[in-house]
Amino acid sequence: MDPLALYIHWPFCLAKCPYCDFNSHVREQIPEQRSRGALLRELEWEAGRLGSRPLASIFFGGGTPSLMAPETVFRLIEAASAYFSPLPEIEITLEANPTSVERSKLAAFREAGVNRLSLGVQSLDDRALHFLGRLHSAAEARAALTAAREIFPRVSFDLIYARPGQDLSGWRAELAAALSFGPDHLSLYQLTIEPATPFAALSAQGKLALPPAETAALLYEATAEEAAKHGLLPYEISNYARPGAECRHNLAYWRYADYAGIGPGAHGRVTIGDSLLATRRRRAPEAWAARVERSGHGTDEEEALSPTERAREMLLMGLRLAEGIELERFRARAGLALSSAIDRQALTDLLAAGYLAWRGGKLAATEAGRLRLDALLPRLVR
Amino acid sequence: MLASAADNAGKIHYPFRMTETPIAQIRNFAIIAHIDHGKSTLADRLIQATGALPEREMTSQVLDSMDLERERGITIKAQTVRLSYRAADGLTYALNLMDTPGHVDFAYEVSRSLAACEGSLLVVDASQGVEAQTLANVYQAIEAGHEIIPVLNKIDLPAAEPEKVRRQIEEVIGLDASGTIEISAKTGQNIEAVLEALVTRLPPPEGDATRPLAALLVDSWYDPYLGVVILLRIKDGRLRHGQRIRMMSTGAVHTIERIGVFTPKMQPTDDLAPGEIGFVTAAIKTVADCRIGDTITDDRHPARSPLPGFKPSVPVVWCGLYPADADDFEKLRESLAKLRLNDASFHFEPETSAALGFGFRCGFLGLLHLEIVQERLRREFDLDLIATAPSVVYRLHLGNGSVKELHNPADWPDPATIEHIEEPWIKATILVPDDHLGAVLGLCNERRGEQVDLTYVGNRAMAVYRLPLNEVVFDFYDRLKSVSRGYASFDYQMDGYAPGELVRISILVNGEPVDALSFIAHRSAAEARGRAICARLKDLIPRQLFKVAIQAAIGGRIIARETLGALAKDVTAKCYGGDITRKRKLLEKQKEGKKRMRQFGKVEIPQSAFLAALKMDA
Repeated sequence: MDPLALYIHWPFCLAKCPYCDFNSHVREQIPEQRSRGALLRELEWEAGRLGSRPLASIFFGGGTPSLMAPETVFRLIEAASAYFSPLPEIEITLEANPTSVERSKLAAFREAGVNRLSLGVQSLDDRALHFLGRLHSAAEARAALTAAREIFPRVSFDLIYARPGQDLSGWRAELAAALSFGPDHLSLYQLTIEPATPFAALSAQGKLALPPAETAALLYEATAEEAAKHGLLPYEISNYARPGAECRHNLAYWRYADYAGIGPGAHGRVTIGDSLLATRRRRAPEAWAARVERSGHGTDEEEALSPTERAREMLLMGLRLAEGIELERFRARAGLALSSAIDRQALTDLLAAGYLAWRGGKLAATEAGRLRLDALLPRLVR
Repeated sequence: MLASAADNAGKIHYPFRMTETPIAQIRNFAIIAHIDHGKSTLADRLIQATGALPEREMTSQVLDSMDLERERGITIKAQTVRLSYRAADGLTYALNLMDTPGHVDFAYEVSRSLAACEGSLLVVDASQGVEAQTLANVYQAIEAGHEIIPVLNKIDLPAAEPEKVRRQIEEVIGLDASGTIEISAKTGQNIEAVLEALVTRLPPPEGDATRPLAALLVDSWYDPYLGVVILLRIKDGRLRHGQRIRMMSTGAVHTIERIGVFTPKMQPTDDLAPGEIGFVTAAIKTVADCRIGDTITDDRHPARSPLPGFKPSVPVVWCGLYPADADDFEKLRESLAKLRLNDASFHFEPETSAALGFGFRCGFLGLLHLEIVQERLRREFDLDLIATAPSVVYRLHLGNGSVKELHNPADWPDPATIEHIEEPWIKATILVPDDHLGAVLGLCNERRGEQVDLTYVGNRAMAVYRLPLNEVVFDFYDRLKSVSRGYASFDYQMDGYAPGELVRISILVNGEPVDALSFIAHRSAAEARGRAICARLKDLIPRQLFKVAIQAAIGGRIIARETLGALAKDVTAKCYGGDITRKRKLLEKQKEGKKRMRQFGKVEIPQSAFLAALKMDA
């Protein structure tokens, strides 16, 4: 069995960013103790049914996990290490915002066991940061990056591009400045308008216009070029890494390996017996905690996925990766041969058009294919 | 249909006996007017002045009872009202007002309505003057042998120019305008003079009650309570209760159930005598059995020959009608059947299109008729419809000597079998202020028009043109309106067939024809229209993973081409563990949506793109 990836969700933020549709909540007082207790309890419950599996990664996501008390982080890592069998090279990532307050906690997180920091820099331009509703300045972002590189063995950060009015040369300059910090991993996201966010409302009123698809495509290509200059290669649609520095935890999602999700709104895909279960916890932090306190876990939905569903999920995740999908692994995981999961004619057309390619026994989307993956999937999937 | 026919069903008061009016005291008349010149207002005023309806039952435009008729100020069905008028000579006259359909599409129906009368009121707006539509109708009335009384309406308006309009009536129409009556239907000014003129200037009808029954079928409509109601004019003989009547064109026999006149309510009578206009019901199921212009006679003692002028109605313009939502197909079928209950002049048959799914090929008397039917389907039956480009009826002379009538581009035969093709022409009359004349003549020439006549009346020109009908069904009205800033008035009549260099243009997407978009046009217009459709489709088809070639072709020859480039980018930026279920469900929904797509080579194009392409035509 594949080693397990463990996701822990911390849902609290100081403010909601106008583009974000993640499960995040703003509270006057973060219920630290209650959340810690419930997380520990749900972890214990989940570990109880999963058994002592090898543990490849832990990921603290949010929300804003850098708002957690380092003590909470420590206790969770400690518990996970006890329930499961951590691999020697276990990757433990924590997402952090680069405000000065949070910067001061970085050493304590490292102390707690975190060995990879993912900084939500988003931009190195103050005006852009303001537009994106971020609470930090470009100067704080630089300071946090410098501090993180001193404290953590591995550091990644996020940037958001294809903002309204952003042009090619502006983005190249901003990206070059970011790359000068010498990261070995970057997540570079194109700004998209998600439903039920303040940006969606602005967009509906015609007050927010994203660059057209053609411009977005050019920005995307420029991004890969700039990253390549610093030895960072696109291993997933929005993720760039020096070979070997890929985020192992996120790779588990894209490779469709087992991952357990703890905390409000967390999703999981865990193999129990012959079933691959899709799990989802209650989204609202208080309701989730109450349920955990009552029953040991905050599960809202749990269903066993059919081979067809598994095949679709594995395709839609796997084709995001430059490495593609391994046929044998696909059959073993989905319970269905790849040839039965896809439309043969579409496959032929897409291969001929250069959107898909066979790479040493793996089916992969080319760069052109990854750029159009959402249009490609409905054709390919049977 | 009179509102009262439906509203008062079951409220007919028996027994009732009209006082028989001697034929010398009957006057049958029509009102001829351009839209908005006040025909309906005048009719209302006449009804009011003779006390036919109590004040509280007067709604504006009593006779135009369909919503659509009221809104557009046009009459679709013929209607009558019998007015009882005590004239200056002390006698009481029965004045039968026949309200006629006011549009060229219903020219034949108009001619039958006029054939039921001996005279007409020609109503002209004293500020607007004579319009093209007035002309066509007044000539029809003159042809029908009518005595015509010119009436200038809206005389109360400051812009009224009665002298000028009087001159127009003399110069343009050629009528003696000395007896013109100046009125305001709105204020009621001089209405009495109109009533007096009807009595003194129109001849009474002629007819012989002792001869076998001969009645002109003027119109018919379906009433949910009474079945089909027939509007007719007795020429000779008498019509009685229980009489067995025969339709002379079909030989069908029915027994009379109800007889009456409209006052404008349905008022039963015992019989109808020569010269009278009234209604009958005879347990007839559909109006298709009652052909306008037919002669109704007595089954046992039939007339020797039918009344002159009967013509079965033939559709002139055809188009495909498709439900925008494929699930509405059955509803569309039922709605069309219901409409046809009341409108036998419109035809429909099922048709299948690869691009649009299931629909109907429908035939109409003209463009307005097409519009009215579409509008009624939308309003009364709540259907969202897509119409393919309207087509006229072509005559294809084939090599084997046979002649094929064709109105559906899909039925176009192998061009090698076609010897030559004929297309229908019209004679159009256009009246336009001379500042816009140049633009109007330009439009007519661009549409292959041949000038027949051009005369001036004051600062207005009257151009008479022969035009191919297919050039007129393709956005001619809209263009005429825009080049004349709305000042041109237009009317036409069918004017035979003539050979033309016609071709079928196919629209191809990635080399495959889109049946619903093919059309027939003159060779000289083919390229421009083909290019326009290709350009429009390029805008409407969403970008695909692959390039899409959009072409217009005549046979194997490409005459226009557009290329829709491949989609530049379409991918979710962030996709992690929490997004998988949502993304999978979205994918499943997209797969479901593909059922509404049509495959063209490697690309799948949503039906909505073709629907939108056709909608823009409308």
